[in-house]
Amino acid sequence: MQCDICKKNEATVHLTQIIDNKMLKVDLCDGCSKTKGIQETTGFSLADLHIGLGAGEDIAGDADLKCKVCGFTQADFKKTGRLGCSACWGTFEAGLAPLLKAMHKSDRHVGKVPGKAAHTLVITEQIKDLAGELEKAVRGEKYEDAAHIRDQIRELESKLKISAV
Amino acid sequence: MKIDELLSSPSEWVRTEGPNSKIVMSSRVRFARNLRNVAFPGWAKKAERQKLLELIRPVVEQLPEMASSFSDSMDNLAALDKQVLVERHLISREHAAKNVGSGVVINDKETLSVMINEEDHLRMQAIKSGLQLKSIFKLIDKVDTELEGVLDFAYSPRLGYLTACPTNVGTGMRASAMVHLPAMVLSDQINQVVQAVNKLGLAVRGLYGEGTEALGNVFQVSNQTTLGEKETDVIDRLNKVILQIIDHEENARITLLEKKPRLAYDQVGRAYGVLTNAHTVSSKEALNLLSLLRMGVDLELFPAGTRLIVDELFIVAQPAHVQKAAERKLTAEERDIFRADLIRQRLKDVTKPTVATAAPPEGPAELA
Repeated sequence: MQCDICKKNEATVHLTQIIDNKMLKVDLCDGCSKTKGIQETTGFSLADLHIGLGAGEDIAGDADLKCKVCGFTQADFKKTGRLGCSACWGTFEAGLAPLLKAMHKSDRHVGKVPGKAAHTLVITEQIKDLAGELEKAVRGEKYEDAAHIRDQIRELESKLKISAV
Repeated sequence: MKIDELLSSPSEWVRTEGPNSKIVMSSRVRFARNLRNVAFPGWAKKAERQKLLELIRPVVEQLPEMASSFSDSMDNLAALDKQVLVERHLISREHAAKNVGSGVVINDKETLSVMINEEDHLRMQAIKSGLQLKSIFKLIDKVDTELEGVLDFAYSPRLGYLTACPTNVGTGMRASAMVHLPAMVLSDQINQVVQAVNKLGLAVRGLYGEGTEALGNVFQVSNQTTLGEKETDVIDRLNKVILQIIDHEENARITLLEKKPRLAYDQVGRAYGVLTNAHTVSSKEALNLLSLLRMGVDLELFPAGTRLIVDELFIVAQPAHVQKAAERKLTAEERDIFRADLIRQRLKDVTKPTVATAAPPEGPAELA
């Protein structure tokens, strides 16, 4: 079996991690496992490794995609596992979605909203997004999801009222 | 404020005793933030990073919370001072490796630190003694709100705060507690706890990331994910889990004292014996023995005032602190000697553990 990182040496370190019923597997050679610092620890996250190496597959879509703001490309992401600037999140949005789903609880932010000025705008946008999802859930007869989304919308709407006062 | 001034006294979280500080040594919350449409530090050119640092640093310095603070660019800091800051958990190991174009601002109490151009443009953290995640969250949240009034943070309604690494996007928040769990280690229960905590989507790491067996029986428990859960929900969940860990550790201590009191007293007694008599000691050995001494304080084998001495030693016995205190370059061997001297000196007024009153009578079978 070939090492997932260097694609040259025989893989001797095999790692498997199960998060939310999703299995992540990595096979590494001795050298690469050392450079990734996973010789003896258990406190690492395979997700971290996956961003670094499996990202090429994970960021699906046009390989020539380039961030207009900073010139960052998919190949750069594959190398570093980090993005180039905040605009990259928009540029590579579609490709990053599955990665985020595997890594996090969901693919949607529900926490802090910055700035009073941006507040209303942001919430309005969130409600618009959620309304679309609600429609989808109802069409798919996923009523439990729909009820959950409806609650989220109500909560956001109440926030709008508070800030309007 | 100069670096030596900052480092001359121990951090507030070491000197004070927060809630549950018997088992929870400290709590920490950090936020990752970036400026909109500007290259992240890892992708920015050196000149861009320098420009950003010049822009961000004065803003951070002007925070009311930073009225009395230390602030500098990383290239102005000596490698040793950076390492001391790492040992105090004020900057990350990664940040210690930075030079031109990165900086740090730390308040005088060392409860608040802001790293500029680490992996993200801003990494701000608050740290306090004991389990007080909620109040720490409030503090760092306030600082964040103050900063966003001046700086244009990258944010998307769908993905939240945009970070260099996908593992931080959303809240950009990592909340953690350092827990001291000697009884669970002594009674081989620690792996079960680590697995259970992992299942809840929280990470458990050794204090200094050195493999599974944490130095000094100190473990760091933190949230793994940042997207799809509110900050306050993450804090509540972590808080609940830590409270359960405290319960488990307390039970393990009670069981240990009921079933194997001699083992407990032996461990504490030996730790005291070695630390008060050793003339050379490595930092790893020192931390492991100090951990047992700390448990001895909790078991009331030492006077209560001993805790502060032990907690300070936990920090000052570490390599960079020893090197710094020596005020000259030491070899590894000299460091171990200096460390042993320092520990003996600090423990000189701590009387030996008083087991006689605390030990319950034991059957002849166990004595034999």
